[in-house]
Amino acid sequence: MLDWINVIVQGVLVGGLYAVFAAGLSLIFGIMRLVNIAHGDLIVLAAYLALVTVQTLGIGPLSALLIVAPLMALIGYGLQRLLLNRTLGDDLLPPLLVTFGLSVIIQNGLLEIFSADSRRLQAGAIETASFALMPGVSIGVLPLLSFLVAVAVIAALQFVLYRTALGRAFRATADDPSVAQLMGLDNRHIFALAMALSLAVVAVAGVLLAVRANFDPAIGPARLIFGFEAVIIGGLGSLWGTLIGGVLLGVAQAVGAEIDPGWQTLAGHLVFLLVLAVRPEGLFPKVRG
Amino acid sequence: MKGVRVEYAGGTGRIGGWLMVLALVVLAAAPAWGGRDDLRLLSEIYAYVGLASLWNLLAGYAGLVSVGQQAYVGLGAYLLFALTLRAGMPPLWAIPVAGLVSAAVAIPTAALLFRLRGHYFAIGTWIVAEVFRLLASQASVLGGGSGLSLPAGIVTSIAATRQAREFLIYWVALALLAAVLLLIVWLLRSRYGLALKAIRDNELAARSNGIDVTRIKFIVYIITAFATAMIGALIFLQKLRISPDAAFSVNDWTAFVIFMTVIGGIGRIEGPIVGAVLFFALRQTLADLGTLYLLLLGSVAIVVMLWAPKGIWGLIADRFGWQVFPLERHVILDDRGPGPAGGNPTPWRSTPTR
Repeated sequence: MLDWINVIVQGVLVGGLYAVFAAGLSLIFGIMRLVNIAHGDLIVLAAYLALVTVQTLGIGPLSALLIVAPLMALIGYGLQRLLLNRTLGDDLLPPLLVTFGLSVIIQNGLLEIFSADSRRLQAGAIETASFALMPGVSIGVLPLLSFLVAVAVIAALQFVLYRTALGRAFRATADDPSVAQLMGLDNRHIFALAMALSLAVVAVAGVLLAVRANFDPAIGPARLIFGFEAVIIGGLGSLWGTLIGGVLLGVAQAVGAEIDPGWQTLAGHLVFLLVLAVRPEGLFPKVRG
Repeated sequence: MKGVRVEYAGGTGRIGGWLMVLALVVLAAAPAWGGRDDLRLLSEIYAYVGLASLWNLLAGYAGLVSVGQQAYVGLGAYLLFALTLRAGMPPLWAIPVAGLVSAAVAIPTAALLFRLRGHYFAIGTWIVAEVFRLLASQASVLGGGSGLSLPAGIVTSIAATRQAREFLIYWVALALLAAVLLLIVWLLRSRYGLALKAIRDNELAARSNGIDVTRIKFIVYIITAFATAMIGALIFLQKLRISPDAAFSVNDWTAFVIFMTVIGGIGRIEGPIVGAVLFFALRQTLADLGTLYLLLLGSVAIVVMLWAPKGIWGLIADRFGWQVFPLERHVILDDRGPGPAGGNPTPWRSTPTR
């Protein structure tokens, strides 16, 4: 029994990480109907940027975020203005192909620069610190911290979307781009800001990933898939739903791994397919796809 | 409306048809004029032309943008290994059987995936492919995560000598490609073809004209799975070694295939052929660059998508009006009614529909 509580607690904590993978994806899909195939590779790119920052400046991973997040946001703004804005429209192929191309470019670029060796960001003593939640169930400080960061990220995005002028602009553009433009919004700029925000979240995801696990240039696509599953399970357009989706995915994977280590990822996919078969709109849908 | 008939192809279509027959004869004679490496390269090109043509049918015509076709490449390949190793089936027979079994697997898969639309469908197909990959790595009887090789006994059962084997597999690859292309041409010329073109041009309008869009998409999905799996089986029969990561690789069997199709020209049957040939021409010249070559390929695909979305063949076809495959329909009206000059049939050409 205690074993299972342990498994579920660990699953919930990992789920927070998946929710951060998903949040940036969900944001831009909600605003401009763009599925960013390169999302996972951008997370890995952010992880490498954090690694380089930590190594050259000798600072901690969290302080590195102060440099990596603005940098990723800048990359996001540029990508959107230069490339992705041109792909938006009724046809879903252009955004898909262009982000697929970006994915291949980022993967091979990272491979060229950093080789295929797996890396990890050292976080110091905190890595192994843990405390007992109850007798027999202990929680690592780092997983807990990353879960809290996940909740904070979701809460911050929720705040930006529903309580600020920028968020109002995002929602207006999402509802009706042409009317938003008539009201004086520059869609290209708004979309670019949305991508910048999305990649700032990606930076957080990258740093969390880098301190929690080993990473190499090839692991991006799997992160994209986890994020995407969390979005769909949670239901489109609902950020808290995405968090719950991530948690469900994390728990499913943890339970799967407990049954048989080979079943970890598979169990997550199967839960996703089950949700798809029963409730294709997700558990807490806010908008209809 | 007396004497209305539909004619396929104008001049270039007819010339194109003969050119294809000529190309087929020259390529079928390749064992006589080419070395071992040439045959290997050509077989690889055929496989990619086939995969790209099928993806083009799926995405370019039926609007089913899948990024998970590696599911069927891998499934077909694994079925080939399972059928030959565990059921003792002759390898060449195992290819069509792998296709049929994959088509059967595609039916419930489609039922699930078709609940998703657009982007969701795309990523859903990828997740299905991941599920297949993970199941394959769980199948310890097929080598689990590290995969397995085809034993020599099975390889020699194809033909006794190495040369005979290589020739035979080469011809099978060529025949399979020819069959896939014929299947696609036949499909596009059938009444489903007209419906598919209507769907390609405007899905909503097609639906409102009474086309059962979902059913046609379903049929195309199953046919594509069938043929993709056969190509996958043949690819890995040549490789002689299989592993889950190689068989279900998203980059090898989907990303590159999509790049080829888009660079060549999506939504036209010639596009994937042009794209695949160009892909290999680039690869042969830039092979030394290693990963930089892939960087370049990704960049070219992005540039083409953004600045020449019809692809290379699209530019050529629009400029010169060429078409290689007789797919363009012309409505010919034999006007025998009370016409102005009476009697003489005056062929009247409609705006061609591709």
